[in-house]
Amino acid sequence: MLEGALAFGFAGLGLALAMNLWRLVRGPGTADRILALDTMVINVIGVIVLAGIAGGSPAAFEAALLLAMVGFVGTVAYAKFLLRGDIIE
Amino acid sequence: MSGAVPFAELLAAALIVLGAGFALVGSWGLVRLPSLMERLHAPTKATTLGLGAMLAGSVVWFQLVKGEWTTHELLVPVFLFVTAPIAANMIAKVHLHALRSGDASAPAGPAGAPPPPPGRADWATHEAPHQGTPCDFEGDERR
Repeated sequence: MLEGALAFGFAGLGLALAMNLWRLVRGPGTADRILALDTMVINVIGVIVLAGIAGGSPAAFEAALLLAMVGFVGTVAYAKFLLRGDIIE
Repeated sequence: MSGAVPFAELLAAALIVLGAGFALVGSWGLVRLPSLMERLHAPTKATTLGLGAMLAGSVVWFQLVKGEWTTHELLVPVFLFVTAPIAANMIAKVHLHALRSGDASAPAGPAGAPPPPPGRADWATHEAPHQGTPCDFEGDERR
């Protein structure tokens, strides 16, 4: 039961990551690329969580939490750089 | 068959499938929708909600395996629910800024560029305080 759900989850997240990569390559604007990268980070967090369930190790959640924080900071840094020409003023 | 499967495992599997489905819908919307202002809706809402469902599924699963309730997984969706609107706001500001500075690589989409706000104010994407506009708060002029 859970193996099937995990297989569906990995397949769905892989397909979602491929679609995000398409948007990241295709653009057309810089804001689209930032959005695609932000969505990729969220989907990778999902993959880490599913890998933690599949491997039975609760240590994956520290990695997921770290990636959630670093991904947000990265998105805001890209946006700030495009808006202000600088990140920390 | 479903009588032999524990209810918690059924719930965890359903939550994982629901979360993966929402993540897929969010990324499909990111590919499919016509312009950035529409594209912002799909990943910031559907994908974040899907990740919340997946982490709830993991809470249920570790309760089933280890017999204890874990709550530290819930930190990830709490953090994401807080930060997703801020990231979306920053990306929308980048889009407005590109539209206003005439960036040809950023099409406005079917809805067109958003009209400027009333009065002599403008969207606060480029300049910080505007003197002599409704956004001119007290103290700006002394700076």
